Amino acid sequence: MRHSTFFWFFLPTGLAMLLFIAFPIVSVISQSVFTPHEAVFVESENCGPFGCTTETTIDQDATAALREAKPLGQFVGLQIYLDRGHLATSEVAAAWRSTDSMGAFFKTINNLPFYRAMGFTLTYTFTVTPLLIILGFAIAVAVNSLHRHLKGLVIFFSLLPMIVTPLIGSLILFWMVDSRGVLGNFLQWMADDPDLSLKASTGLTWIMLIVYGVWHSAPFAFVVFYAGLQTLPQDTLESSRIDGATRWQQIRYVVIPHIMPLVTFVALIQIMDNFRVLEPIIGFNAEAHARSLSWIILNDLNGETQLLSSAATTSVLTILGVSILLSPVLVRTWRDFNSKA
Amino acid sequence: MASQLNKKPLALSLFSTGFIVIWLILAAFPFIWTLWGSFKVELDFFSKADWTNALTGARTTVEYGSPFTGAGYHGAWVQEEFWRSVINTAIVCFFTVTISLTLGTLGGYALSRSGFKYVFWLLIAALIFRAMPPITLVSGYLLQFFNWNVWGILPTTIIVLVAINQPFTLWMLHSFFQKIPKELDESAIVDGCTRFQAFRYVIIPVMWPGVITTGLFSFLLAYNDFAVTTLLLAEENRTMVPAIAAFMGTTQTEGNVMFAVAAVVSATAPLFVLVMFFQRQIVSGLTAGAVKG
Repeated sequence: MRHSTFFWFFLPTGLAMLLFIAFPIVSVISQSVFTPHEAVFVESENCGPFGCTTETTIDQDATAALREAKPLGQFVGLQIYLDRGHLATSEVAAAWRSTDSMGAFFKTINNLPFYRAMGFTLTYTFTVTPLLIILGFAIAVAVNSLHRHLKGLVIFFSLLPMIVTPLIGSLILFWMVDSRGVLGNFLQWMADDPDLSLKASTGLTWIMLIVYGVWHSAPFAFVVFYAGLQTLPQDTLESSRIDGATRWQQIRYVVIPHIMPLVTFVALIQIMDNFRVLEPIIGFNAEAHARSLSWIILNDLNGETQLLSSAATTSVLTILGVSILLSPVLVRTWRDFNSKA
Repeated sequence: MASQLNKKPLALSLFSTGFIVIWLILAAFPFIWTLWGSFKVELDFFSKADWTNALTGARTTVEYGSPFTGAGYHGAWVQEEFWRSVINTAIVCFFTVTISLTLGTLGGYALSRSGFKYVFWLLIAALIFRAMPPITLVSGYLLQFFNWNVWGILPTTIIVLVAINQPFTLWMLHSFFQKIPKELDESAIVDGCTRFQAFRYVIIPVMWPGVITTGLFSFLLAYNDFAVTTLLLAEENRTMVPAIAAFMGTTQTEGNVMFAVAAVVSATAPLFVLVMFFQRQIVSGLTAGAVKG
């Protein structure tokens, strides 16, 4: 295909991505180093018979002129990155100096909003991802041994938790584990504690969100692994059986190596998606105990006064986090491409 | 012989069946429970006193004379005007899917037929864009959209969703077009077609299976999106998902949780139908990316 033909074919989609993904990233980065102008104040002295008073008023014209002259706002460099709402360098340094044990240090750090959100986001990502891979694999192996007619039905029901809107799925579970809901009642009966509420404790809230995350994403792993099992080399499996491999050994030495590339694929997609966790926190009404990076951004943008600079800063930090998580994959893709060429 | 060797001991097959049954209950029970409960009153749906009330609808019978009531649906659809959000969702989904498939097929076709090095970089850029949480882009939109006075309306949201959708669409369609033999359109070009004519008369007739699969996922993205629609739509233009999120704030305090339950069930129903009819395409779409990787 000639360059010019390629250009015309690719132009519409390229333009869409350039205007609504690439430019916004630039805009987000620039917003994170600028703050809106403060109003220009003028002090005027009013002298009357009872002495002089100074009055401070906003100079509307000067403020408008300043905003006109520098529409981006006031350049503040990395100031927003370092403030208490984000990286909080001075608070961290102070905590490092004043605390004598690592435990106490982390406890102080954990009270800073950004680090708390980071802590939850990473915990969520790295507990949900392995758990859903294990559960998805177990379902795939079990379904694979089912009778042909049952498979379709099982796949239909298995897809539901994944297909359903995340906010809706989490609301449905939230109503069930509510202390008046059916699962909530059941748990109270199990724990023999009529006041048990999953919403009241941080630990239980986190577990609830993680369970939701696994429930929501396990079907994806299941479907991918199930497809992988269909292409299992039957003769390898059979010869391992003739060599006397037990069922477990067949899975361990034949099945798992065969689907390992798929495990990497699922892990990659799921790390990407779990890192942006937001809807379950809203659905489970869990923001008192668990906040993610996405939640902080939403909160900044949704408030009475939109804190654009603060949201932009968190966005940039989130993008950096995603890039760090994904860098191994990119390096691998790059190597694959070069080895092919 | 092979089947003899493969025969499972009874204990294992019981265990495996039991595991599947438990998983099916986990996957399906919440939906069935909520569907059943959406026709009850709140005191039955959340019954502290006796959980069987939620099944029998004891309180609902007391209040409405029958164990089922459509009061929640009436409240959501008529009183809270949920139908507006349903129409908005339909508009957003229809245009997002159509536009993103149009752009995506052209781009994906070009990527699959060009052997130059920039194809790799474009695909990598798309992968990076795909990895970015959409909400991180929103603060970049807001200022401009306010300045141009286009914030809050449906077309803006549609365009943003189309753009966010492009990276995924491109990857899917690129790998799909690669499976269509090159000889097909190249012979058309030899016969005197331009590239676009070859695309129009040779590729378009055979591309529908891949396009439908990709379209399903575009639809799901637009339908399920929360972050972008919440932040970019004005209150009167809300789609279903932000409308339900807003219900949570308002109805919970007014004791109208059942409105939200009814709205949630209403929003889940189309997805059920979708999975029922397109199960095969969804499964093949999920695995399409994986088998390559």
